[in-house]
Amino acid sequence: MALAATSEPVSTLKDVAPAARQPAIEIDAVGKVYHSSDGAVTALGSVSLDIYPGEFISLLGPSGCGKTTLLRIVAGLEDASTGHVHLRGRGLDGLGFVFQRDVLVNWRTIIDNVLLPIDFKNKKPKAYREKAQQLLATFGLKGFENKRPWELSGGMRQRAAICRALIDDPELLLMDEPFGALDALTRDELNVELQSLWQKTAKTALFVTHSISEAVFLSDRVVVVSDKPGRIVEVLDIDFPRPRSLDIREEPKFGQYSRHLRGLLEQHGAFRKD
Amino acid sequence: MNALRKLPIPTELWTLAALLLVWQAAVSLFNVPEILVPGVNVVFDEIVSHPDFYFVQSMHTLSNTVAAFVLSVVFGVGLAVAIVYSPLLEKTLYTVLVALNNVPKVALAPLFVIWLGTGNASKIAMGIMISIFAIVIDAVLGLRSLTPDMIDLGRSMRGSGFKMLIKLRLPNALPSIIAGMKVAMSLSLVGAIVGEFVAAQSGLGFVILSAQGMFRTDRVFAAILLLALIGTALFYLMEYLESVLIPWHESRRGHAPKPAVAPPTPSKA
Repeated sequence: MALAATSEPVSTLKDVAPAARQPAIEIDAVGKVYHSSDGAVTALGSVSLDIYPGEFISLLGPSGCGKTTLLRIVAGLEDASTGHVHLRGRGLDGLGFVFQRDVLVNWRTIIDNVLLPIDFKNKKPKAYREKAQQLLATFGLKGFENKRPWELSGGMRQRAAICRALIDDPELLLMDEPFGALDALTRDELNVELQSLWQKTAKTALFVTHSISEAVFLSDRVVVVSDKPGRIVEVLDIDFPRPRSLDIREEPKFGQYSRHLRGLLEQHGAFRKD
Repeated sequence: MNALRKLPIPTELWTLAALLLVWQAAVSLFNVPEILVPGVNVVFDEIVSHPDFYFVQSMHTLSNTVAAFVLSVVFGVGLAVAIVYSPLLEKTLYTVLVALNNVPKVALAPLFVIWLGTGNASKIAMGIMISIFAIVIDAVLGLRSLTPDMIDLGRSMRGSGFKMLIKLRLPNALPSIIAGMKVAMSLSLVGAIVGEFVAAQSGLGFVILSAQGMFRTDRVFAAILLLALIGTALFYLMEYLESVLIPWHESRRGHAPKPAVAPPTPSKA
């Protein structure tokens, strides 16, 4: 059981001593209880986790295990019932959120969708136009700036949604199963693109997924969350050099990580036999 | 049919011309007395021989209709926003509006004459009274139909409540609001005519009522024809407005848009 605080410095941050680093996200004994007509349901037990600047962390768990709830609490979209979350830097203003569905609005063109957060924050969209174009180009959407969302495929739409999350240069990138609705090939493609973008921009990323291979491929650390109530079962360091290519999935070590994680998920609520 | 299509006249106009033709044919064929249904030629003669009179009366009705419509949209959308944002107003104002909507509003027309006199004000008030509900009800529906996803998106972007309204809630509600506006447009015309029926010295409703008293069926038909013309013109104006305001809506996009072809992306880093 390697716990967050005791984990080794991750590969991308080896030049910084762990003691000198302050966590970008401090999750301190966060719990969530929902009150429904059937009584109280504990969605999240007491979860504590420190996430350091520039880390890529995945929350992995069976569906309904509270990992999305945790992400939403970090994003300020929900309140914690107990405990608290502390964000360093710009706080809630410095985060970009990518939802499972792209949530692009049809009345705006792709580039105007990307600029929506700028508009929301009372900044001048014009000043960010060039940046939006660059971002779109990075994700292979050059030439699609003035298209409408319905003219794009699912993968392209999700790429645009990622650009939207990045437009205001957030310190934290929170993603809630962003590729869950995409086909396997598009998903692979986007995993690679996301990794290279994350490497270039040195953002802190918190990524919710129920795909083991996605979590292993992308993450510095995979946080396994158990089912009802959600608790952290284990934090697994993923030791692969960056940049990682999709070929690492064929390596024995990748298989070991995957097997280990699958075993944990089995023990803690996934793959129930009905 | 192909030959017809090649002419620069749209099918819609051909349809209307055919309708007039059937009218004229029926009148001549069955020898209908002019006092019951005059022929198309008689009605046209009536209009053409008093162009100024009919123009003034039409403009009178049209201006009251448009005034009632515009005020309905402004107040209707305003009320809808207030209702959606205030639980108290939803329980009070919305309930009152729904209750009022179930009163036959034509029955209120005499009251407006007592309160506002026989001038334009009572006609406009009548038009608003009849048409505003369509706007409020559709706008409330549209404003409420922001999906949880979009609400989350708005909240994650940390903008003010006003930004949320202007940038997400209102544009998202626009198709609903325009659907309400289409209904409200024709209802505003109904309101204006009802107002003129109850008490007026001008307008097409007044023309109909006074011509009826003198058994001038040709005048009644002339006024009805002009009303049909105004109503149709307003309808197509709304269609045009819709195509300008919500070109992005599903109903406006034509059939099954093809997703664009994905550009080649490097699959390996």
